[in-house]
Amino acid sequence: MIDVKYSLSKHIVSGIRAIFPRRTAEYFALIGLILILSIIVMAIFAPLIAPYNPIKKVGDILERPSNKFILGTDGLGRDILSRIIFGARTAILVTFLAISISLSVGVFLGLLSGYIGGKFDSVFSLIMDAVYSFPGLILAIVLTAMLGPGIVNTAIAIAVIYTPTYFRMVRGLVLSLKESLFVEAARAIGARDRTIVFKYIFPNVISSVPIVLSLNAADAVLTLAALSFLGLGLPAPTPDWGFDLKAGHAYLAAKIWWPSTFPGLMIVILTLGFSLLGEGINELLNPELRR
Amino acid sequence: MQTLLEVRNLKVYYYLEDGIVKAVDGVNFFIRKGETVGLVGESGSGKSTFGLSLLRLVPTPGKIVGGQILFNGTDLARVEERRIRLLRGKRISMVFQDPMTSLNPLMRIEEHLMETIRIQERLTQKEAERRVKTLLSEVGIPPERGKDYPHQFSGGMRQRVGIALGIALNPDLLIADEFTSALDVIVQFQILSLMKKLRASHNMAMIFISHDISLVSEIADKIALMYAGQIVEFAPAVAFFEEHLHPYSRGLLDSVPNIELSDQTLSYIPGMPPDLINPPSGCRFYPRCPEAEDKCREKDPPLIEVKPEYWVKCFKYERKRR
Repeated sequence: MIDVKYSLSKHIVSGIRAIFPRRTAEYFALIGLILILSIIVMAIFAPLIAPYNPIKKVGDILERPSNKFILGTDGLGRDILSRIIFGARTAILVTFLAISISLSVGVFLGLLSGYIGGKFDSVFSLIMDAVYSFPGLILAIVLTAMLGPGIVNTAIAIAVIYTPTYFRMVRGLVLSLKESLFVEAARAIGARDRTIVFKYIFPNVISSVPIVLSLNAADAVLTLAALSFLGLGLPAPTPDWGFDLKAGHAYLAAKIWWPSTFPGLMIVILTLGFSLLGEGINELLNPELRR
Repeated sequence: MQTLLEVRNLKVYYYLEDGIVKAVDGVNFFIRKGETVGLVGESGSGKSTFGLSLLRLVPTPGKIVGGQILFNGTDLARVEERRIRLLRGKRISMVFQDPMTSLNPLMRIEEHLMETIRIQERLTQKEAERRVKTLLSEVGIPPERGKDYPHQFSGGMRQRVGIALGIALNPDLLIADEFTSALDVIVQFQILSLMKKLRASHNMAMIFISHDISLVSEIADKIALMYAGQIVEFAPAVAFFEEHLHPYSRGLLDSVPNIELSDQTLSYIPGMPPDLINPPSGCRFYPRCPEAEDKCREKDPPLIEVKPEYWVKCFKYERKRR
């Protein structure tokens, strides 16, 4: 009887061990992932979760957090909780769109530029370095001012900032990989350039992307918030954390803290999620950082 | 027998900032069907560049600047890229020096073979799979290990994969560039005997590039000795090891240690191989040659056919012929 109990508890312990991470880095990655996933779930099921319509006046203006409005109402009498939940959609959508654009453009051009070399490479490297040398936020402000507001336009403006990061990373890897013996061997069996780039070089490059991607995503969330804060992001009634933060900011002097605190907190949580995930993966994959 | 490949006065130069490196400078060479030629020379003598230039794979900034590479009546030095790509792997293929890095780390062994076959030949998936199985067992790899990745293989096993890739399409000519140098002696021997077997069963000609002259003697029908970008002696293997007429060949063979003479001091060739950016005028070997004459400094000796099938690039044999 005692034996059975003992082995059972041992099984439970080892079961828990298997689920829970062992190293700090794994905790980082796991917590980051949980934060991101919960915000994604929130974004997807926003209409089901949100208690009110986020762009309608549903109560008095600037009501304190109460049972009716858990996080209070904003300056136009809209429910802050509902706005935050729908705001997750904007944040996730713009971030993912921006990252996908910069990832695909940056990786593709990096592959071509590194592989083709010569004048082609010089021109693209020059363009990318020029973009890279700009302060990111200023460049995004200029671009949104040029392109106008809207989800896609904002995503493009943010994508432009991060494209050079992927470009430079991929190009550097391609430059060393294209000299490697297995690429030469592929050429010796008569493989076309297209086959060499996509079947031999690309798979060896792509493994370095996730870390950069995660850290860029954290940055992109902040950039989006900054753009909206400055009123350059999305058109007015769209629920958007940065915009709400700015709107609530005006009432802080009157000790009305709830309209700005909660959107700000959401920005922090999502950014933290991406950063933790990025750092976690980085530390797990990079043996030089392990001690 | 029929000549398979003939190289005439081939020149391959590397254009560097410091100057032009004449890695291959006026090489004449031929190989017949089914024949194995051992291309021997020290590091930097241009033998690898020569091997790569036959498939026009010389890396930039290298360029074929002159001469002809005649293969079945086409000049590979001049033919368009599209047509030479169709030859690569199929008619002329290559086995590389380092089996550790010549395989894509993210591709399974069977994918490598499949790729090689399907780039050049239209086969159904089934047929190609069957070919892969046969190839693997031919080189002594259990076919079920085709599912493995390169890092799961030992050096010798990987070189077997390299060989399977080389013979996958039954080429007429296989260029093996130092392909046993990264292996230990016992595995070298196994791979060499495997190579002999395959050469016979596939009726392939082989250019066996190596710096290890005793290894080459095991497999080659003919020896081509390279020095400073030129072939200085080109002869049937047996005759070469008996006579080695060029002063450089003498120095080279004298420096091979002999196990029967236990307390001999190892002899060597004094001096260093020449700088290929500014090679010495006249004979390239002249500064190190014990038998150099005045004329060696001024004139580049021609390749002289001392007797049938035996060429030496040295003035010493000019008189004898006449």
